[in-house]
Order: sequence, then C-alpha cells, then structure tokens
Amino acid sequence: MIKKAFTKEHFVKYVLVAFALSSLLFLFLIFIFILAEGLPLFQKVGLKNIIFGFKWAPTKGLFGIFPMIVSSFLVTFGALIIGAPLGLSCAIYLSEYSGKRLKLFLKPALELLAGIPSVVYGFLGVIYIVPLVRNYFGGAGFSLLATSVILGVMILPTVISISFDSLMSVPKTYREGSFAMGATKWQTIYKVIIPSARSGILASFILGMGRAIGETMAVIMVAGNALRIPTSILDPLRTLTSNIALELAYATGDHRLSLFSTGVVLLVIIMTLNYIANFAIKRRVLK
Amino acid sequence: MRINPRIVDQLVKIGLNAQAFFTVAILVAIVAIIFFKGSPYLNMEFIFSSPVDMGRHGGIFSTIVGTIFLVLLSIFVATPLGVGTAIFLTEYTKESWFTKTIRFGVESLAGIPSILYGLFGFIFFVIKLGMGWSLMAGVLTITIMILPTIIRTSEEAIKAVPRNLRIVSYSLSATKWETVTKVVLPSAGPGILTGIMLSVGRAVGETAAVIFTMGSSLRLPTSLMDSGRTMAVHFYILAREGISMEKAYATALVLVLSILLINIIAYYIMNRVTSKYS
Amino acid sequence: MDIKIRTEELRLSFGKAEILKGINIDVYKNRITGFMGPAGSGKSTLISIINRMIDFEDNVEITGKVFIDGEDILGGNIDDVQLRRRVGTVFAVPIPLPRSIYDNIAYGPRLKSRNERKRLWDLVVESLKKAFLWDEVKDRLGSSALKLSGGQQQRLCLARTLALEPEIILLDEPCSGLDPISTAKIEEALNELKKEYTIILVSNNTKQIARITDYAAFFYMGTLIEYGPTEKLFTNPSEKKTEDYIQGKFG
Repeated sequence: MIKKAFTKEHFVKYVLVAFALSSLLFLFLIFIFILAEGLPLFQKVGLKNIIFGFKWAPTKGLFGIFPMIVSSFLVTFGALIIGAPLGLSCAIYLSEYSGKRLKLFLKPALELLAGIPSVVYGFLGVIYIVPLVRNYFGGAGFSLLATSVILGVMILPTVISISFDSLMSVPKTYREGSFAMGATKWQTIYKVIIPSARSGILASFILGMGRAIGETMAVIMVAGNALRIPTSILDPLRTLTSNIALELAYATGDHRLSLFSTGVVLLVIIMTLNYIANFAIKRRVLK
Repeated sequence: MRINPRIVDQLVKIGLNAQAFFTVAILVAIVAIIFFKGSPYLNMEFIFSSPVDMGRHGGIFSTIVGTIFLVLLSIFVATPLGVGTAIFLTEYTKESWFTKTIRFGVESLAGIPSILYGLFGFIFFVIKLGMGWSLMAGVLTITIMILPTIIRTSEEAIKAVPRNLRIVSYSLSATKWETVTKVVLPSAGPGILTGIMLSVGRAVGETAAVIFTMGSSLRLPTSLMDSGRTMAVHFYILAREGISMEKAYATALVLVLSILLINIIAYYIMNRVTSKYS
Repeated sequence: MDIKIRTEELRLSFGKAEILKGINIDVYKNRITGFMGPAGSGKSTLISIINRMIDFEDNVEITGKVFIDGEDILGGNIDDVQLRRRVGTVFAVPIPLPRSIYDNIAYGPRLKSRNERKRLWDLVVESLKKAFLWDEVKDRLGSSALKLSGGQQQRLCLARTLALEPEIILLDEPCSGLDPISTAKIEEALNELKKEYTIILVSNNTKQIARITDYAAFFYMGTLIEYGPTEKLFTNPSEKKTEDYIQGKFG
C-alpha cells in the first residue's frame, strides 16, 4: 500500500539483520569445525571403540572414552545430589521465610557467588576439600566425592536464583487460600507452592546439570584424573571436559583429533540436555 | 502414627534456616579465606610488577594488562553485535520463524560450555586462520562466548521501555532508527550496561576458553598477535603447577576483588540511572 | 471556508473487524472540529490515519482516500515522517520524554534540521507560550519534565507538537485525566491556536465539544452519523441517534 524509497532506514535494517545472523553464523561455525575435526576419527577407529571403549591410550591408538562419559554423568548427578536439595531449600527459605531486606541483599550476594571463577573454586577444593575427604573417608582425596561437593556448591547460585524467581512468581492468593483452609506453612509450601513452581524449579536443576557437566577447571583440580570408571565415591576419575583440557596443549595428529571427538560427544550430550530442558519447560509452562 | 503438622512445620523451619545459614557460611568462607590468605601478599609491587621465574616471584602486572586487553576488546566487538541483534529482534521485526531461529541460535550458543569454546577457538582461530596463540584469537573467541548474554539482557532492557515513549517519538516525526537511538537505547541503557558488566565478569574469570586461544605467555602483549596471559590463566597455572601458594592466593584475591568491583559498578549504574529517569 | 482535510469512502479493517465503514468528511481550515462518539466508534482510529500512526499497526487494511490540501496522504509518494511534521498529535495520557522540559520541546525541531541555538530557543519559548505553559516553567526549563503536574505535562505535550510548526493539530481525549482548571487552560489555548492551525479534537465529553468546537462530527460504530456546525448539532440535530447521544442516553 505505502512504498518507501531506499533510505537510511533500510540500510540500518540490513546491517542489523546481518548482526542478528552473526549468532547463527557463529553457531554454525562452532558445530562445523568441531564436527569436522572430531567425526573422522569415529569413522577411522569405529564409533563403538571410542564411545564404548574402556581404554584411553591415545599414543597407542586407543581412544576409549566410556569411563569419561560415565564419570561426567557421575559428577553431574553428584553435583545435583548436593546442590539441588540445598539450593531448593535456600530458595524456599528466601522466598517464604525471609523479609524484604534479606531478599534485597540476596541478589547481589548470589551474583557474587556466581561470579567467582571456577578455577578459584577448584583451588579451594584442592586445599580444603580434598584433604578433608582423604582424612575422614580415605582414598586419595581426589575423588568423585570431592568433585561432587565442589560442583554442587558451584551450581548453587543457578539453582537458588532460578528456583527463587519461580517460587516468587506463585501468586499470593495461592498461599492465602491455603492458609485460609487451615494448612500450616510447610503444608502450603509442600502441597501448593512447590507444585505450582514445579517447572521453574525443574529448569533450575537442569540448568545446574548443564553447568556441572560442562565444568572443566574445577574438575581438573579435584577429580584426580584417573582413567578408570570409579567404583566408589572415593575413587578419582576423569571427565570428558578434563580429558580435553588436560591434553589439548600438546596433542598432535590422531591424538588431537580424538580430543575433538571427545568434544563432539560432549557437544551432543549438552545439546540434548538443553533441548530436553527447553522442551520440558515449554510444555509444562504451556499447560 | 501421624506427627503433628505443627511440629513438622517447626522442624522444617529450623531445617531450612540451617541450610540457608550453611550456604551463606560457605560464601562467606570462600571470600574470607581468599581475603585473609591473599591480602598479606597483595601490595602495590604485586600489582605493578610482572611475574618473575614463572610466577614464583614478582607480581602479576602483565597478566592484569592481558586481562584488560582481552576483556575490553571483546566487549568492544560484542556490544554492537549483541545490542544490534537485540534491537533487530525487538524493533525491526515481528515474531516469525526467522526470529525464532535466531533466538534458537542465541540460546544454543549460551549453552555451550567454555571448554568447547576453547576447542573451537583453538582449531578455528589459532590453527585454521593461522593466528596462533594470540590476543586476537582470544578476543574473537570470548566475543562469541559473551554474545548471548549481551543479546539476552539487551533484549530484556529494550522490551522494558514503555511502548508509548516510542509512539510519542514517532508522532514527533522521528524515524524508527532515530527513535531507537534517541529514546529506546537511552532508556534501556542501564539494563544493557548491566548485561555488559555481567559479561565482563564472566570474561575476567574465564580460563578454559582463554588458555587455548590466547595462550599463556608471560610477556606483556603489545600487539593483537601477541600471546599473553590473563589473571585467571595465571592463577590456574600457579595453582596446578604448585609454583607458589602465596602468589596464588594473592592472584585469587585480585580476581575476586575485580569481580566484586564489577558487580558493584553494575549495581551502581542500574540504580542511579533508573532513579534519574523515574 | 477552505477544506483542509477531506476523506473519501475511508474504510479500515483490523483483521476481520471493520472499524471504519466508509467515512466521508470535510474538515475546515482554522477551525476546531470535534469528533465525538462513544468508545469504539472509530474516532481515534480515524485520527491515527490522518497522522499515519496507523502505519505502526499490523494486520490493517485501509481503502479510500484522505486528502490534506488536495494531496492523498495514503498515496504512494507521501513520506510519513514528513507528514508528522505537518500533523501534530496530543494523546490522551500525557507522555513526557524522560528529559528536561527544554529537551522535550526541542526534540521535534532537532530532528528536523540543524537549528541554530538562537532559533531553537525562540521556538521553544514561543511554543510554551502558545500552550499557556511558559509562565509556569520559564525558570526551570532544565529540570525534568517528569516533575510537572498532569495538566502541565499535557500542555507540555501540546507545546511539543507546536514546536514542529505543524498545520494540523490532532488531540485525542486530551483532558480525560485532568482537573477542571487544567482542562480550562488547554481549552483556552486551543481557542487561540485555531487562528493559526486546523484543530481536530476527539472527545467523549459532549460538554467539552459543545464548549469549544466550531464543527462537530458524531461517530457511532464506525459510521459518521452526523456532521455540521456545533451549534446546529447541539440545538437541532437531524439524527435521532445524535440527539440521544448528546442527551446522554447512551455512550
């Protein structure tokens, strides 16, 4: 109906489109290059030998990363076991039991905690948690237990802040209605508030999982880097992330390619996790 | 036998209280340990002299410079890209398959862990594009890494600007771009700046993505192609190689103080400018 | 009397809903014309076509013509940005920009051209005087416009449009939230302004229409029911509906 001449406005729009497309471009590049380096080895050595292989000795042509896949999952679940209940409890405490002042103090405090670099967590873990585990529980100290503890603490800010937001967004009327029917505070929380904030809480857990499974520096420092599947929580282990980080600097040839293959596996796991998270959350929210 | 719900209520309250307290204690402990163990070794000399003997002696000056260069340049590139994308998504299109695809791209980028950014940066910038371990490779990698954060927070800030401000601007004969630059962006400024500060904080603490792209040379980087070391990388090497506990604590302290400072600035911006305009 | 704005079979649909059903109206130059009618009658929509703010809505279909000084503003070669310099709008809710009083008024002119400082200053002063706001703010032009009272803010909005030196001023329920004194001030300003500008006042307040307009148009459900000199409409309306509306039987 109304046409406009090619103007500065059009120019601006095209530039902005290009900017917006850059995100897609970068994603594309990342996928392409990691896959390009990582996939060939699957073909050469065999998918099963890598993903289900038990022995990692890249200089000898053995690229089994199964123990690392298992270890990655183990530390993630470990982190969740420690971080999720604690984080949720804190979120509940902050949203239901604390006053305005505390809530105001909370956000910056959480952001500070979230801002502390992972290497610092790892460092403190080595100095304090590892000896603690060694002295009280035995083993080398560098262990699944120590890693879970550190990662659990690291995902606390994520779990707390997202669960907190979710709990706070439950309408006041729900609480009032429940109290009016004679329920105690805990009954209200347990039967009304948590179920209603369910999807946000779940999202916080999944995001925490995502953070844990992708964590590298802290894990390197406290996990011990053993190449076997841990049989107890006191055993040391190596995750997919630490595998890459520990060897990338000096790897060459097929060895280097195998690290990219590790990256491919990690990428697939993370993308799947993200997809499940988004999909699950969206479905619940739409309900 | 049913326990009296009132008793359960009280127990729960105590339990939650305890856990919250415990969590706060952890945070306080972390900051306190770093502070008390690090401050004895933190002095002017530490900040302004460069590492000597692999960091066993001397300070962290070259790493501070490396960090500042890396972060500033990354912000310099990522901000126009990120804010521009946010402006495009909110002001220049309606929701469509196109915008959904772009958002998907942004969300996906956000979910990629830093080690994979390191891997990508290494193969693409360092090797394939031949930059070697360099400031440039580091900057480009970190830029992509912080882009999603800037896009997200900018979009939120822009969306929060009331619609009728735009209407007024248009009715006074402004074009879309004029409205964006003169009305929307100034109002969204604080929110956008907060997102930038958040990204700065993340970049300062980043290790895995930096060590494989920018490298870990102890020399002061003087050009884009120079390798260099950031504080976080330096700290990691000190800690892992067991070079010096004292220097490690002191470096950690500088790192944590930087993050604290960045957060404080972000809050200051957010609060001060918001009150001025409302 | 010259015709400033003329519409010809103007229709507008929002998706499936027909908002304007064939409007034909002549708005005269240098007069205050009132558009009245209950909510949903289409009067605000009609305004948004004249100032081409309708461009910012999606899913809209418009047929017909709108002539300003003989030129169809819905035609192909009209620049909507230029048009909005000729057609100024004051909205129902005063919306000051979050900046100083001076910068609010100067916003429009600065977009127009690189004004020399002296000329811009004169323009701002003159606009504030015409909007009957100058005396109240002359000592604090640098202070935030958000600190003004509702009535002052609305006069600020009026001054803002005047600063663009338009030919037409559209006001959409400008006094809806204001106290009687502020309302009176704005009405006083409009009475003066009509000597220089063509003014359209949209209002659901029939008493206000009766007070200050020269011509009145009564809209109902997207149709122009009656249009003529205000006095005639109010003393001897031709349509029953008009009479009912004026008497407050509905609306």
